[in-house]
Amino acid sequence: MKTVLKPATAEQLAETLAWAAGEETPLDIYGTGTRCGIGRPVEAETCLDLSDLTGITLYEPEELVLSARAATLRADVEKKLAVAKQEFAFEPPDLSRLLGAKGAGTLGGMVASNLAGPRRIKAGAVRDHFLGFSAVSGRGEAFKSGGRVVKNVTGYDLPKIIAGSWGTLAVMSDVTFKVLPAAETQATLMITGLEDGQAMQAMSAAMQSSCEVSGAAHIPANLAAHSKVKKVATSGDGVTLLRIEGIAASVAYRMKKLAELLAGYGSGSALGVRQSKSVWLEVRDVHFLSTDKNTAVWRISVAPMDGAKVMAATGGEGFYDWAGGLIWCALAASEDACARDVRSAVNACGGHATLVRASTEIRNKVEVFHPLAPAVAAITTKLKHGFDPKGILNPGRMYVS
Amino acid sequence: MSHLRMPAVDSAVLANRRKIAADLRVIVPGEGVIDEAEEMKVYESDGLTAYQQVPLLVVLPETTNQVARVLKYAQENGIKLVPRGAGTSLSGGALPLADGILLGMGKFNKVIDIDYSNRCAVVQPGVTNLAISQAVASEGFYYAPDPSSQIACTIGGNVAENSGGVHCLKYGLTTNNVLGVEFVTIDGEVMRIGGKHLDAEGYDLLGIIIGSEGLLGVVTEVTVRILKTPETARALLVGFPTSEDGGQGVADVISAGIIAAGMEMMDKLAIDAAEEFVHAGYPLDVDALLIVELDGPEAEVDDLISRVSAIAKNNNAVSIRASTSEEERMNFWAGRKAAFPAVGRISPDYYCMDGTIPRAALPKVLKRMNELSLHHELRVANVFHAGDGNLHPLILYDANVPGELEKAEEFGADILRLCVEVGGVLTGEHGVGVEKRDLMPEMFTEIDLAHQERVKCAFDADGLLNPGKVFPELHRCAELGRMHIHRGQIPFPDIPRF
Repeated sequence: MKTVLKPATAEQLAETLAWAAGEETPLDIYGTGTRCGIGRPVEAETCLDLSDLTGITLYEPEELVLSARAATLRADVEKKLAVAKQEFAFEPPDLSRLLGAKGAGTLGGMVASNLAGPRRIKAGAVRDHFLGFSAVSGRGEAFKSGGRVVKNVTGYDLPKIIAGSWGTLAVMSDVTFKVLPAAETQATLMITGLEDGQAMQAMSAAMQSSCEVSGAAHIPANLAAHSKVKKVATSGDGVTLLRIEGIAASVAYRMKKLAELLAGYGSGSALGVRQSKSVWLEVRDVHFLSTDKNTAVWRISVAPMDGAKVMAATGGEGFYDWAGGLIWCALAASEDACARDVRSAVNACGGHATLVRASTEIRNKVEVFHPLAPAVAAITTKLKHGFDPKGILNPGRMYVS
Repeated sequence: MSHLRMPAVDSAVLANRRKIAADLRVIVPGEGVIDEAEEMKVYESDGLTAYQQVPLLVVLPETTNQVARVLKYAQENGIKLVPRGAGTSLSGGALPLADGILLGMGKFNKVIDIDYSNRCAVVQPGVTNLAISQAVASEGFYYAPDPSSQIACTIGGNVAENSGGVHCLKYGLTTNNVLGVEFVTIDGEVMRIGGKHLDAEGYDLLGIIIGSEGLLGVVTEVTVRILKTPETARALLVGFPTSEDGGQGVADVISAGIIAAGMEMMDKLAIDAAEEFVHAGYPLDVDALLIVELDGPEAEVDDLISRVSAIAKNNNAVSIRASTSEEERMNFWAGRKAAFPAVGRISPDYYCMDGTIPRAALPKVLKRMNELSLHHELRVANVFHAGDGNLHPLILYDANVPGELEKAEEFGADILRLCVEVGGVLTGEHGVGVEKRDLMPEMFTEIDLAHQERVKCAFDADGLLNPGKVFPELHRCAELGRMHIHRGQIPFPDIPRF
């Protein structure tokens, strides 16, 4: 049976990690464990359960700042933000249905995975809103970086490397974010009948306009049919979705302007607030690939105009977010989850691919994260060694240790 | 200037200067290596002019390959190296070292690729910030971060300093607007990080390189995100009787869910100096002047102008003017943009500070600053990026009065300590450089700093790149690698409780 360590305070977390470093005991680290299925299986018999480190410690809506203990549930925070009509602008996905997990997870998990949703193209990723943290490194030492203010260039920007490091450099105890006002309203322009390549063109034209598009996705016909939004599901065709957010007068104006601009691409229709919100949640949470549990699911980031080309080269079935720059793609859960095809498709034009859903067995064999160029790998190894010299933090999660 | 402790000079390197110049001329032929004292004089200082040092020699490479070979040469021969863009740093980030090569990146001045369909531009690091916007202006695009030195400062320097500008709250800093770099490490390795796609595979090295002040490597190419220019922009000029009213007005605008493109505040001394200099028509009977810029479609901007005006009225504003033409909007900004030189006119010298504070602390900070002003017997004018809490106090002094510069520096340090005390930080956009280096312990513990230095060790274990900047003391990497070992009972097991 695995031993579980469960510190209740930041001080206890530091003691725990100092002990683990001293004993060279590798740790499998989690909050609610929502994202434990992503990454290579961690090589550790001892678990570090952070789920007691909860609670919002500071929230000042007029300062656009929120601090909380790292394992505070995202759902709790988002509820509190909604009261002040604010939100995490990067629209973090809830991958629980895709991964067969429970709940949207914790703030720490949100940072450690740096996964952002559709509004990434306008508002940035988690890393762009992650202002500061307190953490304990694999050396068992508590340290902090960043702060609670937006404009800060004091020393290296360590929040950036902690975001997206999957718990392999340090264990966060406290996190601070920039939060932003939620848009008053929204609408979505839906264009039907575009081939993938044409959709890339249409989305690019929309993004090059001054309409401030905050979401641009294309769902091919067979996947659009899975939508719970009737207008999308019954279109019988691929749908290209362009979201506009803001104050009512501005949304109406920009919707009209966008429809005129894209008139040449096919028939367009508007989704109102409720339908718009629903369909973008489906895009955000990868709903379209969540039904069939037997496929391997890849998340691929490329230059937007390369989207259709890369999707075709992988041979998979999937949809596009980020105006074509983010591909969610399902492939046969074969021995290597088609890693070779995916990687060669991505490497042909630049970008990266992560195997987000696959069995433990496959994730043990395949490189889950995109292989690094040798010079980048060398620095990565040195960084890891500097922060976690004994290799106790989630060993093997990102790269074979 | 007051005595600045810099790394010990390597006399062997100094003695070897002639040979080093000859070796470097093999790598960078022609006029690319400068070793005449007279010609090197223009490089002896950056925007923090109080410090000067003539470098060992100056190298002006033209290709990435030359940069890689120069860096490798420096590493193999244990020679320090200081990268430099346009030299506009206000924190001494490009201050040369007597025994260090100054690597000027000015010849990397080409726009390589403009890709509108992917909404990005690929440029060399010596291209100026403004030139990027100009290169894409014909198609109605621009590059968002706009530091006040944007005519002169280069994108390479912006990357090193993570530069900001007046539009940060809405559009972000450099780090939020750069997609990728080509980067050369001290061992001469050329790597590409990021590109036209979003987010990183593996650790976010791009995020750590941006703002690293030239201590991790040399950037030889930058891919930036470009944005469509908003359809309209209008500005409001609001006068408040007190800074408290102004501060509350800003807080109320944000609470109302309005993210302005820019919100700039000036205090009495700054208003008076600016008005006298450019005659922008600023009200002179107010203690705080706020410029709020709103951009977007016309209908949205008009609506927000009236909402912000109402909020201003609620906070006792004594004068509110909304721009009705582009000319008028530019006129509102003219005074603010000329604030630094305007203050320069009323004092022989001024020292520009750069702390960030939580916005709500503004009245308290201004009050304490007035007390400090009396204590140090020096005047201070304040301009404030009110949207994001970035404060630029301008301390007025006369360098010709013995001891006054030191007094100004002490006053500045007190202000920065105050910023940290109220929950802010030492520098919002100018960088640490040599200027705030010794104040780092005000904000960070030794352990905090050691973790930052471990990043340095991963890139440049010998500490040859831009030493003497950012860290009060750069420890040896071997020393930082040592660990204190704790042994004992398993702590905090999750045992079933009955």
